[in-house]
Parts: sequence; C-alpha cells; structure tokens
Amino acid sequence: MIAEVKPTATATLTLDGVEVSFTEGETIYEVAERAGREVPTLCYDARLEAFGGCRLCVVEVDGMRAPVASCTTPATAGMVVKTTTDAIEKHRRTLLELVASENRENEVDELRGHASQELKSLLDRYEVRGGRFAGRQSGTSNSTDDNPFILRDYDLCISCYRCVRVCAEQEGDHAITMMNRGFEKQITTEFNGILKDSACTFCGQCVQTCPTGALGDRKAMRAESLPGEVEKTRTVCPYCGVGCSVDLLTKEDRLVGVQPAMDGPANEGALCIKGQFAFDFVQHEDRLKMPLVRDEDGELHETDWETALDRAADGFKKAAGEHGRHAVYGVASGRAPHEAAYTMQKFIRAGFGTHQIDNCSRA
Amino acid sequence: MSNPLADMEKPDLIFCIGTNMTECHPVAATRIKRALKRGAQMVVADPRRIPLAEMAELYLPIRVGSDVALLLGMAHVIARERLVDREFIDARTKDGEAFLEHVQQFTPEWAAGITGLPPADIERAALLYGRADKAAIYYTLGITEHICGVDNVQSLCNLALLTGNLGREGTGINPMRGQNNIQGAGDCGAVPANYPGFQPVHDPANGDKFAKLYGREMDGEKGITKVTALNRCGEGIHAMLIDGENTVVSDPDRHHCEHALRALDHLVVIDIFRTETAEFADVVLPATAWGETDGVCTNTERRVQRLRAAVTPPGEAKPDWWIVSQIAQRMSIAGFEFESAKDVFNELCGLSPIYAGLDWDRIEHGEYNWPVPHKDHPGTPVLHEGEFKNGRGLFRVISYRDPAEVVDDEFPVWLTTGRRLQAYHTRTQTGRAAGIDYLLSEESLEIHPDDLADWGIPDGGWASLRSRRGAIKIRARASNMSPRGTVFCSFSFSDVPVNILTGSGYDPVTETAELKVCPVNISPFEE
Ligand code: SF4
Ligand code: SF4
Ligand code: FES
Repeated sequence: MIAEVKPTATATLTLDGVEVSFTEGETIYEVAERAGREVPTLCYDARLEAFGGCRLCVVEVDGMRAPVASCTTPATAGMVVKTTTDAIEKHRRTLLELVASENRENEVDELRGHASQELKSLLDRYEVRGGRFAGRQSGTSNSTDDNPFILRDYDLCISCYRCVRVCAEQEGDHAITMMNRGFEKQITTEFNGILKDSACTFCGQCVQTCPTGALGDRKAMRAESLPGEVEKTRTVCPYCGVGCSVDLLTKEDRLVGVQPAMDGPANEGALCIKGQFAFDFVQHEDRLKMPLVRDEDGELHETDWETALDRAADGFKKAAGEHGRHAVYGVASGRAPHEAAYTMQKFIRAGFGTHQIDNCSRA
Repeated sequence: MSNPLADMEKPDLIFCIGTNMTECHPVAATRIKRALKRGAQMVVADPRRIPLAEMAELYLPIRVGSDVALLLGMAHVIARERLVDREFIDARTKDGEAFLEHVQQFTPEWAAGITGLPPADIERAALLYGRADKAAIYYTLGITEHICGVDNVQSLCNLALLTGNLGREGTGINPMRGQNNIQGAGDCGAVPANYPGFQPVHDPANGDKFAKLYGREMDGEKGITKVTALNRCGEGIHAMLIDGENTVVSDPDRHHCEHALRALDHLVVIDIFRTETAEFADVVLPATAWGETDGVCTNTERRVQRLRAAVTPPGEAKPDWWIVSQIAQRMSIAGFEFESAKDVFNELCGLSPIYAGLDWDRIEHGEYNWPVPHKDHPGTPVLHEGEFKNGRGLFRVISYRDPAEVVDDEFPVWLTTGRRLQAYHTRTQTGRAAGIDYLLSEESLEIHPDDLADWGIPDGGWASLRSRRGAIKIRARASNMSPRGTVFCSFSFSDVPVNILTGSGYDPVTETAELKVCPVNISPFEE
C-alpha cells in the first residue's frame, strides 16, 4: 500500500507546452495532476474507476475534434494536451453554472463530509454564483430516513455517481443505486427504501466522497452551530486491529466527528461504522474524572491523586511484603497505547523481578 | 499477519477460517471483496453461514471445534494429489516427512465424520488451496478461542508449509487482531513469557540484559498467564493492577472471575469508565481515552502507527503511562522518570530488536511494519521472505481432539460466541456512542428457524439458555446463519452475560479460553 515500485517512464507527451513523461496506463488527468496542473473535477475520486460523467475535466488534445474528458482518456505518446484554454474554461464555467443553479444551496458546512466542499470551491474558483438557470431543481430529500448517521439531502445531488461507485467498488456492498434517468435521476437505495433496510452497513464512505454535501454525516452535523473552527487531528481508529487512519474533527476542545484519512496506509479512505460513527464515548458524561478509593464504609469515594496513588502503591508493597514478590500481578490492555503496556510490564519486571504480567488477548 | 493488508487483494485463493471478517474487520473485508471481483476464489470454513460464506466459491459449514480434522483431511488430499511444494519443503522446512506420513491416515472420509462435511467438499477445498499459485489464509478468534487453539494455528501453518504459501506476496498465515493494540501489548512485552520485542524470558542472555537495564535480578522462569492468575487469586496472587480491561464481562465464567477478584487483598483498576470490574477495586484511577492521549499502536499487519490527542481529558484523568509511573515511583522502583509518551516509546525502541530502527519521530507517518532491525531498514511487510526467523519452518504432527465439553443428552446444542458489526467487546465504548442503538439495541440468540419451531420458542420470544456453569435469559431470533443444532450470540451486552455460561476449558499452551464452543440446553423461558 506504500507506493509500489515507482513506474519507469516509458513515453512523453506535451502538456501545456511542457514535455512530461508518463507510464502506459495513466490517464491524461493523472499525468496532469502529477505535473501540478489543477484540472477541475467533480465525478472523480482517485480510488474509483474513472467515470467521465461531469465533463468538467475536459482538455483539448491536438488532432481531436472535440475536447476529451481527461479522467477517462489514456495518455498516449506524442500527445499535445492543453488543460486551460479560453474555450475550455468557458465550458467549465457554464457547466458549473448549470450545476449551481439546480441545487438548493451550494454552501454546506464542512462537517457534512470529507469532500463536501469540492463543489463550493470550484464555484469560488470560477466565480460562479448560481442563478442563471435558476428554476427547477433536481432530486428531492429522503426525509423519511431517520437513521442517526447519514443525511440524504438529494436537493444537492449532482448525479456524479461517486456514492454509488464507492459503495460498489470500494465497500463492495451495492447498497445504493440510481433510479430513473435524465433529469428525474435520483440516487437511492435498492427499492427506494431507507438505508437500514438495505445492504448498507453505515460505513460512511458515500458520505465522505460526496462532493456537494447531499450526503452528510449527521453525527458531525450536530456540531454545526457550535462556535469555533473545525480542526483535524490525524490518529488511528480505537476499535479493531485493522488500524484505519482517521482525522478527528474538533471544535474548541469538543470532539465532533471523524473522517477517514484518504492516505491512511491500512484503509486508504475506508472506515466501518465503528471507526466512522462510534467516537462519542470519549467525551461522554460517564467518564471517570477523579481517582476513587474504597473507604471503610465499603464504597468507592472520589479523592485526589496523591491519596489514590499512595493507596495503590501501599497495597502492592504490602502484598509483596506479606506474600512474596510473585503475589503481584499485572494485566495490560490491548486497547491502550504501547506506552501503557510498556510501563505495565516494566512495573512488574523492574518492581518485582517476575514476569507476572499478561494482557487481555487471552479473553 | 505474515503479509500486509494490501496483499489481501492479491491471492488467487483466499481461505478464511473462523473469521467473520465483514463484521469484525470490515475494512479488511473490503479488500477481499475486491480480490474476488478481480477473479480470486474463496473457501470459507465457519460453523455459521456468515456473510463471507455467501461470497465464497466453496462454503464449509464445519461443526464447531472440528477445524483440526478439516485441516488434516485437506493436508491428506494435498499430499495424495502431489500438490506439495517439494522444493520449498526441502529448502526451508523441517520434519516434513514425518508430517506427510502422519496425514496418510486422515482421509476426507475420516474428516467428514468429525466435521459433518461431505468428503467431496473437503477434497475440493484441498484442491483449491493446493493448486493455487498464491493462496492466503485468514483467521481470527474462531481458530484460537478453543482448547486446541494452538493446534488449529499449527495445522494452518502445516498447510502453508506444505504448499509453499509463505514468504511471498499474496500468501501467508494471517491472523486478524481483534483489538486496536493487542499486537502492541505483545510487542511491548506485556506477556508472561517474553520481554519487549518477543525476547524469551527463559534465555539467560535476555535475563542479563534486562537485569542491567532495569537494575535488578530477573526470574529465569516465565510468569503465569492471566487465566492461571485468576485461578490463584487469594492463593499466591494477592494484588492486581488491571489496566483498561473489563475482566468481569469479557472473561469466561463470570462467577469464577468475580469470586477471584473478591479474593484479592488489593485491586487497582485503571480505566476510562467505572466498569463492572472497577466495582471490585480498592483503587480506581481515571485514564485519558483515545483522542486524548498521544501514543503508539501496532495494527494486525505489524504496522507501527501514532495515536494523537485532539481534546483535553475530563477532570483529573491522566495517561496510563503516567499513572503506572507514579505508582512505581512511590514504590521506589527506578527508571520511571518519564516525562512524555515519546520518552516511553523511545526507551522501548532502544531495547527491542524488532523496533531498533524506529523512534517516535520516524513513525510519524506510519510507514513501517516491524521488524525494523536498524535505522536504514525499510521495515518488513512480508515475513519469512527467503528465510524463517529460526532457520526452518517446522511441521508439527498434530491430531484431532474433542472440545473440552461435547454435546450430550442434557446439553444437546452447540453455543458459539462472537462479535457483531455494530458493537465492540463489552460495549463500554460503542454502547455510549449515539445512534448505535438504532441498529443494535439488544442481544439475541440466533437459532435456525426449524430448531426454534421444534423447541417451541416463538421468534422474538424469551428463551432460557443453560450450560454446566449457569443459566441466562435471552431473546430468541430465527436466523438462517445458524445451522441446525448450533446457536450464536455475542458477549457484548452486560444484561445478557453470556460469560456466565462459557469457560468449559482452556488451551493448555496459551490458556486461551474455549469461548467458541459451549454445549447448552435451550428451552422456552418460564417466569
Ligand atoms: S449523493 Fe453526492 S456522491 Fe451521490 S451522486 Fe449525488 S452528489 Fe454524487
Ligand atoms: S474503522 Fe472499522 S475496520 Fe477500521 S480499524 Fe476501526 S473498527 Fe477496524
Ligand atoms: S472528473 Fe472527469 S468527467 Fe468528471
């Protein structure tokens, strides 16, 4: 999953007047991106098979009558490609105006999902402000789906098929399909029902690839009205051993959501329901906040660290004193970080010279 | 795992045994689905008709606890059909001849009698595995949580050695770890037989090394396992420090476990919640949680990755390493002057050969799979390439053993336990995540619809579930995943304490509990 052997350059083409080399099998888009060109896209997700639906990534190729979609067109030797001509930029702006005018809103909160700002940033880049084609809107929200995880706000859908494709190609679940054709076209689940009754496992991948926020992360969206900027911290999922990389979303010291790391070595942008949606045990009101010690009344009572640590240490000293150094046993956690397990085993080994230490993998 | 996760997209033949991967390791399962789309074939062996079974070329609904018999039968066919990799066996393994002779007696017909599978399917599984150029094995607790867990794993190794499916891309023996850092706990030496980095405690050279490092004489004999320790509470074991484990709910035989903790003079529990186990403690110390703690973890493919704090911990909660160090300092144990997680991790790297090339800063982006023996080493995504660590791969002559308890007239049904997609372990975490209840609000016992009818229990009604150790009340649910005569439930819900029932036996080597097999009796629940 780390870059496999670097492809050896086998041929070259001319990109905006510059000669660049490429490997057979690469598309024009991939070559252009590698060369630092910012070709706009909407239906493109590097992890998915190219689709060629939105036509935003078109480029001019010498000798071809019409512009071609760079995301689906293979690079060939000697090709002369222009990624930004006046005509092409105009075409892109028109396309974006069309898209913008069909949608109820083009600015959604970034908490909706990882890719949710893609459309908006393109509209900004091309200075499109909707309105030109204002009128009929495509798609309607599925407001009956009251699942707590995934918002389905199809007024914002631009039929890029990224959700459908990520579900089929990445997740392998085929829970989402496309209903109707043309303008009536709408993303839906099998049989147009609610997600819970479909093959959906609530992995959230469709949410994270949606470029408009039509699909949104309902748990994160609860924090839309909280003050503060959204900050991201890269870490690893706390659940199973796959070790998916995630970005924690925080707002002023509040953990508000999780997004998959697209470059996570173990998961490459994928998560499951636990990693995606089960983060809020962290700031739960049931958390232990103070040390507790058992008093004469037989109950646990809150106390300060000094008292609790002294009690803890005295008990171990006493047990070892009365019953010998093998009488003290340590159980480390398979859920806590290395530093916990390491200090636990060192406590037993350096403290008592024994190996009376284990972890919970045996349960 | 001997091979990296990315390799899961590369085998020609995938053999999944005892792993409900789509629910327990969902993101790993997506790679398998992609491999299948690419044209790979899959054999799935599991007592339950799990989702993976539906995707398989061949599904083997084996009787719980009969894995060794299946694997012996497969080895027999592979040997008979001359699908063995002679070159690999000669160059890289030991005791192959003894094993080949041993398996001659275990025909598919013999294995069929134990596993309940048609002999032809055992034959076919063997041919699929044996003929593939790249065959990879994936397993989880369905293999290890048995009294014969070690035999199961070694039987899988025998198959891989026999066919040379080790040390190459898209092959290997790949256990999927169930907890985010269970691999790391082992790496760090939190096991009774090894110092950090899997350096055996019985090797005097290691004893000397750590005596110097830790400033005191070390026992040359390994410690006892947690299971034994729980058996000896009050008689030999008198104080325990438990970090982040809800022993009372997660361990088998709950009554025994509660009794053990009560027998201690002194119990200190470090955790993020006041768990059922914390209720038995003399001192409970509040730890920082995931998302609040900087640290390191190792995933199932031995990838060493950084965990980062994003928010402030609640109240007085502190990192585990700080808490343990404070206790140690109060007992005048030297070497606990750590000031950060980085200090602790770097000390570990300095004394563990598999981490020798790592340090806190180098693992910033998580690109290393251990072993990383020195600073210029790129890491080891695929183990056993070219050579085994101990020279040669050892064949083990293994025979089938019955589970600790088998079904009889009084307890005629097999209970097997596991996890569900939406719940994790004892639900101290997922149970507190908003929305999860929408999908999974209570535990239920999955029963084949015909069994349900025979036993006179309505679908969704209450059943009473009894084993030799106790009884619980549980909701019954018709499910075609369960074969007739075998029922399933998870151990995640504390109001359905399945661990009152389990705990019939332990693997003699690892002392892993036989959680996957427990004969039970089921009847309609009567008030
Ligand atoms: S819901 Fe989002 S991802 Fe799916 S087709 Fe519509 S815009 Fe694209
Ligand atoms: S997101 Fe799911 S598959 Fe990935 S580590 Fe977390 S629990 Fe495991
Ligand atoms: S990005 Fe190429 S057609 Fe949409």
